[in-house]
Amino acid sequence: MEHAVQLISIFSAAMAVSFGAIGPAVGEGRAVAAAMDAIARQPDSAGTVSRTLFVGLAMIETMAIYALVVALLVLFANPFAK
Amino acid sequence: MIHSPLETKALFHVGPVAISEPVIISWVIMALLVAFAVAVTRRLSLMPSKAQTVLELFVGVIDEQIRGTMQAEPSPYRALIGTIFVFILLANWSSLIPDVEPPTAHLETDAAFAAIVFCATIFYGIRTRGLFGYLRTFAEPTWIMIPLNVVEQITRIFSLIVRLFGNMMSGVFIAAIVLSLAGLLVPIPFMALDVLTGAIQAYIFTVLAMVFIGAAVAEGPQESPNSHNGK
Repeated sequence: MEHAVQLISIFSAAMAVSFGAIGPAVGEGRAVAAAMDAIARQPDSAGTVSRTLFVGLAMIETMAIYALVVALLVLFANPFAK
Repeated sequence: MIHSPLETKALFHVGPVAISEPVIISWVIMALLVAFAVAVTRRLSLMPSKAQTVLELFVGVIDEQIRGTMQAEPSPYRALIGTIFVFILLANWSSLIPDVEPPTAHLETDAAFAAIVFCATIFYGIRTRGLFGYLRTFAEPTWIMIPLNVVEQITRIFSLIVRLFGNMMSGVFIAAIVLSLAGLLVPIPFMALDVLTGAIQAYIFTVLAMVFIGAAVAEGPQESPNSHNGK
């Protein structure tokens, strides 16, 4: 029984990271593409655009980090696996 | 076996209080900050020395950020916001010293910071608007929103904690995994990326703290056009 809980935990941690990374990956791709477009149209504003892009990317990436935190909680701090 | 990133080991005990590694690193960073500030501000002059120029530049940048984000005079918030930014930045970059884990990669440090921001939001809100004025902001735009506003206050603090913790912890974790898989020089690009992440996360934490405090403070002027429209 304990064995099954650990198996399911590891499986669900992998699921959480793999599916949780899809959305942020798509979002980051769109953000970078839009920034590239903006820089290509207006090279003068490259500094402002890239600074805003970095902050925005960090915010988007946080969503993937949430999935990672949940996966680590499931792996290391699972109350049912003790 | 990689140890769990969620638990902290106590190094030694002072009476009943367990002292862990993040606590020591935090106190070292605090001591460094205070020592630098005291050493520079003891001899302030109109013809600034190099250290004073650096400090003035830094305070100027923080003031400009506060003015831009909160639309308010920076003087009441400069100490809190500036200290949060400088401390988190140094804490995130302390991973560059070998054998030191950044204290922000542990949940407790981030929770303490978020608790400070939470209390500061309430404190500045009550100080600017009065107790009832601040409580009334929860019932905006209508009283139906009260539960949602209360929940929002708590969830945004939790997302603040998890954002900083997750980013810093994942940096440490990835470096450890790559080091155990590959070799000596391979984790260096990941650590360079970690420096960038640390700076951005310190900036984001500070900006969000400013936005939260600014929202608690600045809802006063926004209310008057609403009530004007209501008439």
